[in-house]
Amino acid sequence: MHEARAIDGRSLVRRRAGLRLWLSAGWLGLLCVATLFAPWIAPKDPLAQDLFLGRLPPFWMAGAEPGYWLGTDSLGRDVLSRIIHGARVALAVALIAGTITCLVGATLGLLAGFLRGWVDMVISRLIDIWMAFPPVLFSILLIAVLGPGLWSIIIAIVVIDWTRFARVVRAEAMAQGAMDYVASARVAGRGRLGTMMREILPNVLPTIVVLLTLEMGIAVIVEAILSFVNLSISTDDPTWGGMISEGRTSVHQAWWVLVFPLVTLFLTVLAFSQLGEGLKDRFDPVLR
Amino acid sequence: MSFLSIRNLSVRLKKGPPLLRRVSLDVAAGEVRGLVGESGAGKSMIGKAVLGILPPSIEVTGGEILLDGVDLLRLPPALRRRRIGALCALIPQDPLTALNPSHRIGPQITDRLVDILGWTRADADRRARELLAEVQIPDPERVLRSYPHELSGGMRQRILIASAFAAEPKLIVADEPTTALDVTVQKQILKLIAGMQARHGTALLFVTHDLGVVSKVCQHLSVLYAGMVVEDTSVADFFAAPRHAYSAALLAATPKYTDPSAGLIPVPEAVIAAVQAEVAAFDRSLADG
Amino acid sequence: MADLYSIETLSLSLADMTAKPLFGAAPHIQILRGLSFTIPRGAVVGIVGGSGSGKSTLGRALVRLLEPSGGQIRFDGTDITHLPEAALRPLRRRFQMIFQDPMSSLNPRHRVGTIIAEPLRLHGFQAIPDRVARALEQVGLPQSFVTRYPHELSGGQRQRVGIARAIALEPDFILADEIVSGLDVSSQAQVLNLLERLVRDLGLTLAFISHDLSVIRRLCQRTIVLHRGEIVEDRPTADLFADPQAAYTRELLEAIPLPDPAQVWT
Repeated sequence: MHEARAIDGRSLVRRRAGLRLWLSAGWLGLLCVATLFAPWIAPKDPLAQDLFLGRLPPFWMAGAEPGYWLGTDSLGRDVLSRIIHGARVALAVALIAGTITCLVGATLGLLAGFLRGWVDMVISRLIDIWMAFPPVLFSILLIAVLGPGLWSIIIAIVVIDWTRFARVVRAEAMAQGAMDYVASARVAGRGRLGTMMREILPNVLPTIVVLLTLEMGIAVIVEAILSFVNLSISTDDPTWGGMISEGRTSVHQAWWVLVFPLVTLFLTVLAFSQLGEGLKDRFDPVLR
Repeated sequence: MSFLSIRNLSVRLKKGPPLLRRVSLDVAAGEVRGLVGESGAGKSMIGKAVLGILPPSIEVTGGEILLDGVDLLRLPPALRRRRIGALCALIPQDPLTALNPSHRIGPQITDRLVDILGWTRADADRRARELLAEVQIPDPERVLRSYPHELSGGMRQRILIASAFAAEPKLIVADEPTTALDVTVQKQILKLIAGMQARHGTALLFVTHDLGVVSKVCQHLSVLYAGMVVEDTSVADFFAAPRHAYSAALLAATPKYTDPSAGLIPVPEAVIAAVQAEVAAFDRSLADG
Repeated sequence: MADLYSIETLSLSLADMTAKPLFGAAPHIQILRGLSFTIPRGAVVGIVGGSGSGKSTLGRALVRLLEPSGGQIRFDGTDITHLPEAALRPLRRRFQMIFQDPMSSLNPRHRVGTIIAEPLRLHGFQAIPDRVARALEQVGLPQSFVTRYPHELSGGQRQRVGIARAIALEPDFILADEIVSGLDVSSQAQVLNLLERLVRDLGLTLAFISHDLSVIRRLCQRTIVLHRGEIVEDRPTADLFADPQAAYTRELLEAIPLPDPAQVWT
């Protein structure tokens, strides 16, 4: 009892976190492989149309054609290959948009929350005004101005979502800034910028990690929504949103055209959020 | 017979180490018993076990808690809650977090009486006013309409005390009620608790780490180490001559302003080793027996 | 012996953010009202008061975590009252602080070794690992603690890390702000005995803030009693306890519950 640690149920949390981390990392790893090696691992050409092979069911159902594992859409294109190629767009958007949004939002949030004063006032007003714009309309407007394309989507996501990071990180930074260990750093002679990077940032990092992975999931969904309304990339490359959009028309005759990209989308977003939670627990020395 | 009788209560972290090791103690009706020990000794745990508010990660592995003759641990959960609600109350440690910041004071005192105990609104309101007067809060009308953050720590603790006595409980568990208070405010609050306890004839289980406080409020005390009762005696006997080496060491560590050379002696390694050996022997006997 | 600290009519007010109007500055609350006292080199001074007395604020003013709004603070002859941060930084090495809450005063994501080494790095000390090792030894913690995180230590051990961090810089002055208030009576005894020994061995000047007069009696040669931002008594400890002059001091003394059932406590 003397010099004993606090009692809690931490070991239970750790075990659950381990499984969660492996499953989500596994799925996302699979997607990365798909992204990098799509032309080689996709069984068929995603753009090849063959009207005689239209609306073939997935491999376990009657009437399936060997080689078309998840069936074909109304134009005879292989669903599995299209999903694999669609992962490229999804992951590109997730990683690039997520990272840039995080950098912009977290930096501003950290500065506002720690430095306070007029810096905080300016950034907070900016966040408030920015968040007043309806996000969906804002993004559509942006795409209309910038023209469709991968970078337009990325810019749109960054422009709209940085406030999410900024608000949460600001609150965290403020809370940490009130702690005695920050005062202690000042007494030791550390300057403000040094304190922010060395003392505050490590304690805000777990929150940022979770937000980042969450943001990646959101980015995937935003891309899917935009491609659903044909505002995404301009080429004929398949996207999950586009597949879902097209799949609506044949949902009664060929449900698989809609369902498989939808399930893939769902699992991907879920994987991102669980990855964040799992990483945070794993790398947080306080929880180990 | 004692109003509260705890017999061989054992409690542990689920699938983990024991937190209470066959604790036994009695509290007679109208009596004040102190639970003393350092942090981690399990004194708060006993109070929580009696009130049925142990955290979900902790389970009871044996023993009885007899409240007015009925074993709480053998009752079905709904009946247990009702019995505890009717007979017991809690004075918590932190007046800051124990009150709901979004509600005014008045409802926080009366809601429990009306919703759970079936009082009429009029009776409950009258009772709230009586209690605030009894705990010497000036301007009770204003206080009843106030929010917690508008009041000082000492005032909030008085309100919590008033709340505890509201339904005339037979047993109150006071969990370090003055630890968060200034020394001058502590004196007022302790005198208040002692006065109300005597007036209402309520039994009191008083959890604290401060031996000075124990000597002012309690008639009996139990000293705990690692979830085990190492001494169980009257306050008079304890301060005259504690029997257990660990209790004596705690007393020696407590500073006294009347004697600058007294106190501040850390518990000696030998004493810690001895009491830890006792705990180990106890655990072994459980495993064997 | 020259005075290490010389404080004259020190005043400090802070903005009351809860009363801030929408436009305009927040009103100020006067926390310290014209305090004057000195701290000689090598002294152990106790600063006592209830909550709201301003004792913590005074402590923070002494180490310039807060800037006074009036009066003067001289440290070893230098006027540090309104000294800008850049000029203050080299001086900071000489006045250090140990904080109350062992949970929040150590960065939870830094190891103990890093926590002690950081201030040394900032002030350009050499042979830092040796100094860290010596600091740990002086506070009676094992060398293996260098790689531990704060949450792996008990409250008493964390406080000792806080002490190690402060003494590693070899300061002239240490401010201890309620450093044992959250500790068990046994840990309290260990930490206070350690502090006593270090003050003696290292020739430190110590200001010890506490609400616990019993602890002050044991540790401090001189005691300052604060009440509502003013000094009500400033005398040698033995005299103060033998014959308290201020009504507030008597009130404080009478409020203390001694571990003695025979104490008359009305």
